[in-house]
Amino acid sequence: MAEFSLPDNSKIVKGNYYKDTTGSKNLKKVNVYRWSPDDGKNPRIDTFEVDMDNCGPKVLDILFKIKNEIDSSLTFRRSCAHGVCGSCAMNVDGINTLSCIKSHNDIKGELNIYPLPHLKVIKDLIGDLSNLYKQYESIQPWLKTSKTDTEKNEIIQSQKDRSKLDGYYECILCACCSTSCPSYWWNGDKYLGPAVLLQAYRWINDSRDEDKKERLKKVADELKLYRCHTIMNCTNSCPKGLNPAKAIGSIKKMLATS
Amino acid sequence: MQNNNNPLSPHLGIYKWQISSLLSITHRIVGVINFLAITLICFWTLSLLLGENSYEVTKIFLKSFFGKFIIISLCWTFSFHILNEIRHLIWDMGYGFDLKIAKITGVLAFFGSFILTILFYLIGKNFL
Repeated sequence: MAEFSLPDNSKIVKGNYYKDTTGSKNLKKVNVYRWSPDDGKNPRIDTFEVDMDNCGPKVLDILFKIKNEIDSSLTFRRSCAHGVCGSCAMNVDGINTLSCIKSHNDIKGELNIYPLPHLKVIKDLIGDLSNLYKQYESIQPWLKTSKTDTEKNEIIQSQKDRSKLDGYYECILCACCSTSCPSYWWNGDKYLGPAVLLQAYRWINDSRDEDKKERLKKVADELKLYRCHTIMNCTNSCPKGLNPAKAIGSIKKMLATS
Repeated sequence: MQNNNNPLSPHLGIYKWQISSLLSITHRIVGVINFLAITLICFWTLSLLLGENSYEVTKIFLKSFFGKFIIISLCWTFSFHILNEIRHLIWDMGYGFDLKIAKITGVLAFFGSFILTILFYLIGKNFL
């Protein structure tokens, strides 16, 4: 059920202000969501003054700079740092994105960084995605074919069939789309969300897969699929430029015409 | 991680509105208003059945400034709902998901709804 306000333990309080110590003239105020499981306090917004003359171009560079030079307790996930792994997904300037491919030059004024929306926070900028992973598992994201046991040969796919997966196989499961979706905020326990539905479509659409009908049947559910109201926050936020809304629309169309 | 003491990260309050999400929530609100409006229209037709006097009362109400405001507003809510519903129908046929196209159709539906309202008003004026 939709609950628009945050619960009491999640209300944000004013945090610390870290004044610049380098004497730089080119400063940017960076507001970062902080919460630690250790002190039992409410989440807070810390403001850091960051010297932009000695900082890389990406939002992730700012986070590293803060962690290295100002407050080493700042916690966030990152790995590849060039938009391939999807670890550093967070809410930057109001929109979910990968901080490692987001340029901070695009953002005028103060920079606001929050964890991905409507998740249980583990620490600072890290949200708990275990529900999403469970849902991902539920769509059985692997090739289902009767041939696997008997034939050792590869299963050949025509170029045309292969091209049907373009725009879907590139998904890195960073969860930017799912956590940007208001439907997923209010019904995340039942609605699968754009990321998982895009993956579902990727397997439904795979010419080598023999379980298409079962897959469609499994996903055809008032809550699992039809909670998508084409709000399109997912497509707007996808850092890889994919279109989950279109994938969900295609599943709906398949169900309507099959 | 099933710890209920962990806070919920902020969502509605911090997420930046997009054209698409604004139109989507407007579509929903306008849908509820239209639902109520149909009740109003039912009362209007009911007053026809109940005789001249009761019809006069509703007529006076609808001709008042407040009544006109409500009617014109309802013209807009219906116009917007119809146009945005056409968008939804096109989506259901599998077209128009491209981000740019969705934005253009959204803006068209929004401004189109005002043009449609004016048309409704001008056409309807001749019958009152």
